[in-house]
Amino acid sequence: MTHFTKSATMATIMAFAAGTAFAQDSTDPIKIPTHNWSSQIVGAHIVGKLLEKGGAKVEYVSADSQVVYTALCEGDVSLVHEVWEGAFGVAFQKVVKEGCVVDAATHDAKTREEWWYPTYVEEVCPGLPAWEALNACADKFATAETAPKGRFLGGPVDWLKHDAERVEALGMNFEVVNAGSSAALWAELESAVKRKEPIVLFNWTPNFVEALYDGKFVEFPAFDPKCKDDPAWGSNKQLSYDCGNPKDGYLKIAAWKEFPTKWPKAYAILQKINFSNMDIAVQAKLADIDNMEPEAAADKWLADNEARWKAWMGSAS
Amino acid sequence: MSAATLTRQEAMEPQKPLAAMTRPLLVVLPFLVLLLAASLLPDWAVQVPKGWTIPFVDWANMVFDHLRDDAIFGLFSFRDLTRGAAELITWPLAFVEGLLVSGFPDIGIAAMPWVMTAGLSGVLGWYLRDWRLGALAAGCVAYMAIFGKWELSMITLSVVLVAAPIAGLIGFGIGILAVKKQWFEALVVPLLNVLQSLPHFSYLIPIAIFIGVGHKAGAIATVIFAIPPMARLTILGLKGVAEEVREAGKMAGCTRFQTLWMVEIPSARQPLLVGVNQVIMQCLAMVVIASFVGARGLGHDLLFRLQALKIGQALESGVAIVLMAITLDQLSRAAAHKEPSHLAPDASLLQRFPFLAASLAVIAASLLLAAITPYAQAWPSELALSTAPFWDALVDWITVTLYDPLQYLRNAMLLYVLIPIRDLFQSIPWTAMVALVAAAGWSLGGFRLAAIVSGFVLFIAFAGYWERSLITAYMVTVAVLLCIMIGLPIGIWASRSERRTGIAKLLCDTFQTFPSFIYLIPVIMLFKVGDVAAISAIIIYAMIPIVRYTIFGLRNVPQEIVEAGITSGCTQRQLLWNIRMPLAFPEIMLGINQTIMFALFMVIIAAFIGTKDIGQEIFRALTFNDAGKGLVLGLCVAFMGLTADQLITAWATRRKQKLGLAG
Repeated sequence: MTHFTKSATMATIMAFAAGTAFAQDSTDPIKIPTHNWSSQIVGAHIVGKLLEKGGAKVEYVSADSQVVYTALCEGDVSLVHEVWEGAFGVAFQKVVKEGCVVDAATHDAKTREEWWYPTYVEEVCPGLPAWEALNACADKFATAETAPKGRFLGGPVDWLKHDAERVEALGMNFEVVNAGSSAALWAELESAVKRKEPIVLFNWTPNFVEALYDGKFVEFPAFDPKCKDDPAWGSNKQLSYDCGNPKDGYLKIAAWKEFPTKWPKAYAILQKINFSNMDIAVQAKLADIDNMEPEAAADKWLADNEARWKAWMGSAS
Repeated sequence: MSAATLTRQEAMEPQKPLAAMTRPLLVVLPFLVLLLAASLLPDWAVQVPKGWTIPFVDWANMVFDHLRDDAIFGLFSFRDLTRGAAELITWPLAFVEGLLVSGFPDIGIAAMPWVMTAGLSGVLGWYLRDWRLGALAAGCVAYMAIFGKWELSMITLSVVLVAAPIAGLIGFGIGILAVKKQWFEALVVPLLNVLQSLPHFSYLIPIAIFIGVGHKAGAIATVIFAIPPMARLTILGLKGVAEEVREAGKMAGCTRFQTLWMVEIPSARQPLLVGVNQVIMQCLAMVVIASFVGARGLGHDLLFRLQALKIGQALESGVAIVLMAITLDQLSRAAAHKEPSHLAPDASLLQRFPFLAASLAVIAASLLLAAITPYAQAWPSELALSTAPFWDALVDWITVTLYDPLQYLRNAMLLYVLIPIRDLFQSIPWTAMVALVAAAGWSLGGFRLAAIVSGFVLFIAFAGYWERSLITAYMVTVAVLLCIMIGLPIGIWASRSERRTGIAKLLCDTFQTFPSFIYLIPVIMLFKVGDVAAISAIIIYAMIPIVRYTIFGLRNVPQEIVEAGITSGCTQRQLLWNIRMPLAFPEIMLGINQTIMFALFMVIIAAFIGTKDIGQEIFRALTFNDAGKGLVLGLCVAFMGLTADQLITAWATRRKQKLGLAG
């Protein structure tokens, strides 16, 4: 009852703010953002269809993956189902700390972000994926402005990947050039692959790129939390970051702070939703390789994984 | 008379160099001294120390927080107010969208069949100008259907159809108020200047806070971006009404309202309709950026495809945007030039309303067709044509074949031109820059101008982003210089004949409406992430105005002066260099001014490629949800543009007066 009054008041306030005349209970649609990469859009439709099966009304909103955390904080979108530790961890932690967003669940999928190369590079640079081997043939990756050093194409600066620090700590013969967006990374990769030019760039998994190009991550000294803060750790006793990135970054589901009280049933389902690396790769494949529309791809995935999602729903009701 | 002035000018020519050189020299001198002495200057004079920076960012954030959280109207906050107002747009949006594409399932009415939309566009074109325009309009609409972009295009079109009138009306209101009330004009004109040169990305976080995200927010963003040109042209148009006309109205006993409504507005019809045209074009230019806050349609599709490396499909969406822009541009221009027509009183009903009759016929025929065949209602997606494979193959071919030769160019540019210039720029002390713009302002427009422009530069220096601003300045400077080197000859070439002018104008229109995001991917493929790619992307976009204005300037040189040149026996070359060019030069300078503005717009988008300038920092602000920082950085960019704008406009006005072209 108190729940009801509370959410009713809330809805009234919301409705007033929105300028509509009627106060509605949690029949308000749950707003799910779609970003501009395929696995996320397919996944968003899967999440949406599951919540609909649970009785909720759902609306899809397209939003930029960076702006979306502002929107989530304001309640303009109700959840974000792909919160990447690497790319969005900082923005996500910031809104959680502000108290307007809750950490709803964590997927089984482990994310990894690391230096990566397409397979043909192994021909010119034997000994890969060891980082020492990469370093030994750094000159193969050189361009006019970095020569004689190799050129490593990093992700956008604001992803805070500490590549330059690692290059220094491990004494690598590379120079880091930062791309401005993921699209810039893929454009260079595509161009290089067409001409079979050696390239080493920042990449991550799960990702649609895996479905398009064969390649491997470079193996750096294994990550250890101490490596970040304790210079004495690792091969370089003076500097931090003499190690690779963690191989098991989180992939979380974030929800607006009022989600649990406003749509308690839907929230129970949301907390159960759990994608693995394979799920994300399949979602990307359905859209990017099989060229299915997001909705159709979502239906296909749901049909193929009925037992799993039934279990998520079953415990909710 | 013109010949006389001309000979006098030529007679003065010999003494000119020295006299003409001293002034610019005096302007540049303090700058050069400070730049060369940079290593001798104390640190504070080179870069503003951290302790001196003014916390503009914190102030801006305080204002945002206040507007967001504190109830300033007692019951609700400013944010609730903006959100409530924004909600109003959902109604017309849903209506137009229902009409064009989604139908009204609640009351069981389907959307207009595509043949009807095409047919009605055709009738509209025919009504506004001639059957050719009608064919163009109908053809473009049919393209959207047959090439499988129907739903996306109609969603985009409905945003434009809703946003443009709203933006037009608001801009019109602002314009009228500015003309009628002096204090309002003094307030609003500088504000419009800043708003128009603020990078669009600086708006995005405030929009997300005060309006939200989603299709509605995208439409509102479009409205906001489209208001300034209408306001500007309204002011221009109403001020341009001849005093005689106004007095005629007064003599006829008009009240103040009647003067405005029945005298001034009708006589300012042309500039007002140009304003409407600009509003429509601005709405279409915003299609992609509005999708960052959630607008659906072609822009969102384009961005999504680009990120998924489906360049061909992204280009297809881009082409659809261009076609829509060209159609709407032509239609609104035709509306601007249309004269009211008169008919004999004994005409039959059909003769009196031929277009209404034609529209009714189209509606009836298309409803009938739609009832017979579903193909007329919605073109089936399996039959949709696609040009994507062609574009993909073209991009492939270019990247494979042109890559190697272009690498030499890229490397040479980078090593011998760009890196040295960048290093030079980065060593510019802020004191030197202030000295330069203050001296230039002083010499061109006196104390007032000097104070304004040096105020702009001081803001940038004390906001604490001096180094990044210099990188932005370096990229814009190099890009603008290259634009002039390439664009000026093209403009001269194109101004020679009517046909060439037509071709150049068409190309300019196409490139200008082509969403600039499209250029990013191919330039990266060819030039790799870095300055060369960024500057190439800027050049492609920023070259448009210099070509346009060069053509315009050269073709509008007063005919009698050219004839005077011919009679005094000038060769073609002399005609160009001694008569046409000097007279067209003020116009060309305005083109350069626009080129700078376009370059500043594009340099921010080039941050997607990967730069180390202000654009990158704006994206970082976007990531960290820092509205204040985004705004202050945006102001830095805007002030750079305004500094150039103020100086160049002052120069061009003076020069025009000297040449007797004022007006």
